[in-house]
Amino acid sequence: MHESPFTGFRTLLYKEVLRFWKVSFQTVMAPVLNALLFLLIFSHVLDRHVTVYGDIAYTSFLVPGLVMMSLLQNAFANSSSSLIQSKITGNIIFVLLPPLSYHQFYAAYVLAAVARGLFVGCGVLLVALPFVELSFAQPLWILTFAVLGGAILGSLGVIAGIWADKFDQLAGFQNFLILPLTMLSGVFYSIHSLPQLWQDVSHANPFFFMIDGFRYGFFGQSDVSPWLSLAVVGVSFVLLAALTLAMLARGYKLRA
Amino acid sequence: MPFCSASREADPAVSIPAIRIAALTKRYGALQALAGVDLEIHQGEFFGLLGPNGAGKTTLISALAGLVRPDGGTLEVMGYDVVSAYRKARRALGVVPQELVFDPFFSVRELLRIQSGYFGIRGNDDWIDEILASLDLTAKAGVNMRALSGGMKRRVLVAQALVHRPPVIVLDEPTAGVDVELRQGLWAFVRKLNRDGHTIVLTTHYLEEAETLCGRIAMLKAGRVVALDSTANLLQRFATHSLRVRLERPQAGVELGGVADGEGWVAFGFDAYAEVEALLARLREAAAGVHEIRLGEPDLERVFVEVMQRA
Repeated sequence: MHESPFTGFRTLLYKEVLRFWKVSFQTVMAPVLNALLFLLIFSHVLDRHVTVYGDIAYTSFLVPGLVMMSLLQNAFANSSSSLIQSKITGNIIFVLLPPLSYHQFYAAYVLAAVARGLFVGCGVLLVALPFVELSFAQPLWILTFAVLGGAILGSLGVIAGIWADKFDQLAGFQNFLILPLTMLSGVFYSIHSLPQLWQDVSHANPFFFMIDGFRYGFFGQSDVSPWLSLAVVGVSFVLLAALTLAMLARGYKLRA
Repeated sequence: MPFCSASREADPAVSIPAIRIAALTKRYGALQALAGVDLEIHQGEFFGLLGPNGAGKTTLISALAGLVRPDGGTLEVMGYDVVSAYRKARRALGVVPQELVFDPFFSVRELLRIQSGYFGIRGNDDWIDEILASLDLTAKAGVNMRALSGGMKRRVLVAQALVHRPPVIVLDEPTAGVDVELRQGLWAFVRKLNRDGHTIVLTTHYLEEAETLCGRIAMLKAGRVVALDSTANLLQRFATHSLRVRLERPQAGVELGGVADGEGWVAFGFDAYAEVEALLARLREAAAGVHEIRLGEPDLERVFVEVMQRA
C-alpha cells in the first residue's frame, strides 16, 4: 500500500477518463462520425466553388474547423454530463467525502474534458485526412489552441454541471449557448466572407478566436493575428478557471 | 488485520474524542436544522444518534463529513477540525450514506480501487480482498454495480467506507429497507469492527437495534440534543417495567390504577421488581382473580416516546 498526496487527483482524473472510455462508442466514435458526415456533405457541395485564403480548397479549410468544433463540444459534454449524472444519481458523494481539494477536483475534471476533446479531435482529423490535403504549418499553435480550447469548454462544463439541477437545464445551456457560439465561430466559413456587421459580431465571440488560432496552426494564415487569438483565449481561460474555482471553493450547489 | 489504521488512541497520553461537536448551528432558510449541538463521542464507542424525521441527524452527519457547511460551531474528528484540517479529518472518517447510491460505470473492484485512490492510497488490493471477503462480496468483485441486488449494493457502500481504514465510521440508517438476513450479517460485521477498535456512530429508526448495539445514545429533536446518556441509564431513568395480568374481574384491576385493554388484560407500571409482590397482594385482596401474568422489560421505544414528549 502506498500513500501520496497526488494520488487523489490522479485517481479522479483516471476515473473520469475511464468513464468516457468505457462508453467510447457514444463519446468518441459518434462525434467522429458526425464530423465526417459534415465533411462529406459540405465538401461535396462546396469544394469546387469556394476557396479560402487565396488558394486553399474549402474542404481543407473546413477540416480544422470541424476538428476544433468537435473537440470543444465534447470537452464540454464530458465534464458537464459527468457532474450532472453524479449529482442526480447521488454518487457525487464519493468524490466529496474524500480529502480532495477543490483545486484537484477542478484540475481532474478539466483535464479529463481536454483528454476527451483531444481523442475526438484526433479521431476527426484521422478520418478526414484521406479526403483532404492538409498542412501542419505551426504544430505548436495547433496543440496550444486545442488544449486551451478544451480547458475552456471543460471549465464551462464544470460550471454548467454544477449549476444545472436537471438534464433539461443542462440541455438548455448546451443548445442555447455552446452550440450557437461554436457554429457561429467560423467553423464553416472565413469571417472575411461576412458583411462588416457580422465580422464585428464575430469578434465578440471567444469561440471564433479558438478556431481561428487553431486554423492558423495548419495554414499559417488566419482571419486575425494568432497572437490576438492567443490573448483572447488565454484571458478567457483564466477568467473561467477563476470563476469555476470560486464556485468550487464556496461549495456552490455541492456542499450545502 | 485490524480494520482501522493506527490512530491517536495508540498514545495513552493522548485522550482525544473520536468526535467532538461544539455549539453547532445550521439553518436552511426558515428551518433551524441544528440549534446548538454539543456532543462528544469517545474512541471505541458504539454510539447511537436517534431522533424523529427532521430532527437534524443527517444534517449533523453531513456537517461532520464536510457535505454541509455549518453556520456556527466546531466539529472535530479524531482531534482534526473538519474545516481547517479537512484532509486529516476526512481520512479519519468513513461514512455509509443513507441512500443506495452507486456509480453505474464500474465493477465492485474498480469502485473500491478508485475510492482507495481518492484517499491517496494505491496498491490496496490486499485490503480490498479482505473487505470483500468479510462482506461476502468476493464472488461479485468483477460484477458491474448495476447488476447487483439492493442488499449487495448496500454492502458495497459499507466496503467503500472502509477502504481507507478509518478509525471512525458513521452509518446513516444502514438497514432501512434491508431484509432480515442482511441486517443480521451487517450487524455482526459492524460489531466486529467495533471490537477491532473502530468508533461506530449509528443513526437508525429501528430502536431495538440501537438498544441492542449502542453503549451510549443521543436523542435529537428540532436540532437539539434532548437526551444523552448510556443506553442502560436511559432505560433506567425514563422507562418503567410493566406487569400485565389477565383478570377474572378487570374492573378490580382498573380500580387499583391499572389500564384495561378490554380483553381481560390490565397493565400496571412499576419501577422495581420488589413492587410486584405488593401489587399481586392487592389484586388478591380485591378478589380480582388472576389467571395469567406477563412481565415487560423497559425498552428504548418507550424511552424515545417519553423523551420526545417531554422535550
